Amino acid sequence: MNTVAHTPAVALQGVHKSFNDTPALTDLEVVAPNGKITVLLGPNGAGKTTAIRCITGAMSADSGSVRTLGLDPERDGEEVRSQCGVVSARPALYDRLTGWDNLIYAAELHSVERRIMKDRIRVSAERFGIEQSLDVQVGGYSTGMKTRLALARSVLHEPQLLLFDEPTSGLDPESAQAVLKLIREMTADGHTIVMCTHHLVEAEGLADHVIMLDGGTDLVSGQPGDLTRTFWPEDSVDISIDDDPSILGDLSIIAGVRSAEPMNRGVRVILDDPSVTPDVVSAIVHAGARVTRVVPHEPTLEDLYFAVRRDAHDLGESMPKEMAR
Amino acid sequence: MSWHRTFTVARTDIRQLVLAKDFWMPMSILGSIFFVVVPLVLLFSIASLGDVDAVQNIADTLEVLPAKAQAQIKGDTPQGRTSYALAVFLFAPMAVVVPLTISTAVGAATLVGERERGTGEFLAHSPAATKEIYLGKLMASLVPGYLTTMVGFTLYSLIVNLIVGPEVGGWFFPTQQWWLLMLWVLPGFLLIGLSLVLRLSGRVKSTAAAQQASGLITLPLIAVSYAQASGAIYGTITTTIMIGAIAWFIGLVSTSRGMSGIRRQRLLGVADGV
Repeated sequence: MNTVAHTPAVALQGVHKSFNDTPALTDLEVVAPNGKITVLLGPNGAGKTTAIRCITGAMSADSGSVRTLGLDPERDGEEVRSQCGVVSARPALYDRLTGWDNLIYAAELHSVERRIMKDRIRVSAERFGIEQSLDVQVGGYSTGMKTRLALARSVLHEPQLLLFDEPTSGLDPESAQAVLKLIREMTADGHTIVMCTHHLVEAEGLADHVIMLDGGTDLVSGQPGDLTRTFWPEDSVDISIDDDPSILGDLSIIAGVRSAEPMNRGVRVILDDPSVTPDVVSAIVHAGARVTRVVPHEPTLEDLYFAVRRDAHDLGESMPKEMAR
Repeated sequence: MSWHRTFTVARTDIRQLVLAKDFWMPMSILGSIFFVVVPLVLLFSIASLGDVDAVQNIADTLEVLPAKAQAQIKGDTPQGRTSYALAVFLFAPMAVVVPLTISTAVGAATLVGERERGTGEFLAHSPAATKEIYLGKLMASLVPGYLTTMVGFTLYSLIVNLIVGPEVGGWFFPTQQWWLLMLWVLPGFLLIGLSLVLRLSGRVKSTAAAQQASGLITLPLIAVSYAQASGAIYGTITTTIMIGAIAWFIGLVSTSRGMSGIRRQRLLGVADGV
């Protein structure tokens, strides 16, 4: 039992996949821990959708190892897919059918017991706020409603693993927020979620675990906090001033300050010791500058994303990947 | 293999076809033309014309039919014999044309249509095996064509019996050969056509391409079926049973190969070589 509990929900190792001669995945490593939200972050064409398809066995990898819930989707495809709930970038719904019929179809394909099927559908529809629209043909749904229906469909059979591929694509900001909130709520039920996105804002605050992809390979992976600490191990503080930063002189002579980088109307000070921040501010004021804002620099996923991509392009993609491993 | 899932796929596809008025309206019109309008006009004309030279001429041409077929023709007057021969022998091949046309139109769009609409992604990620999906789609393609034909056949039987029956001593249709053609020979030919069309549908890039290419398969098949259906009607019961058995054998082999040949990835928006 312990072995199962410690087995990651998804483990891809050295996965390669090409379409004709075009590589889609190259030596991809993905590990998604149980009960967490893992976000596959990357630009269009990074290989996120292909990775999802390999995870369920909808597509076969050319080489490498794919394990989903401890099983090989190639060999145990039916078992794997019956434990997965997928929402694709296009909601993949049958427009001519009603919402109810779409859900019935999914429930029957997933062999949900007939005696509990209708209750499950009602509960799922209520959870995602579409119970009033179930009798309407899906062709008449808004994009937001379609996404909600696709989400309801993905949880009907109570899967262990949820795979969401750009679930907010095409949604207005309000609907996107609502969908993200629903996704967040799902982890409270113990679901393992793997979500693809290229929206950094979505990943921020949602991801327990991030895997950055580019060109079909993983650049870095880990918990967002750990990753930012890897890239920015020192504390730093952003100080905004009303004057030209050149008047400040060399701030690194202050004890506890490692370096200072001028920014637009300010300076980023890298600190060995965060407690010297008041001394730095005092020195700046002393130099004749008017301080307007002092903010500790907390790197966001966006900072991390661009830093990783910059390093990957500057130093070759192996550098950050090796570093992450 | 789960038959429940196979039937679920078939039932859902049929349900979508029922809801697609733009699909079943033209198909109903096609069936009506072949099974109702043309026979009604032709048989009614002959019945109304009476014993004129034109009918006598048609009656004379019946001599080109095989001896066994000629021996089956009922009726004492040239008018009655002509009507009987037309009803029983001339219209037999249309029973093959209608279902093949309708079923291949459905079948051609079925797999590639899922991919085009993006719903193939849902099926590909579902636990349904590709064999179950293929077989479900095959059933869903077969049912509309066969159902239209059986409804058309029932109407045709009524028309024939009402118009020609009085001329030949009462209701006579369907004959034994027609029963065999409809219930044994025809499904076999449908199976051959659909198994090939579905394989094609899983390989091409678009529904339009699938429909173009399926024409290449169905036209020769219609020609062969036409000839064989005629043979089944003209020949003995044994010949009819044999023709049906061969069609079923080829159809089942082709279906089995189709089931094993389809790949899950073909349901997705991207596939090797597509």
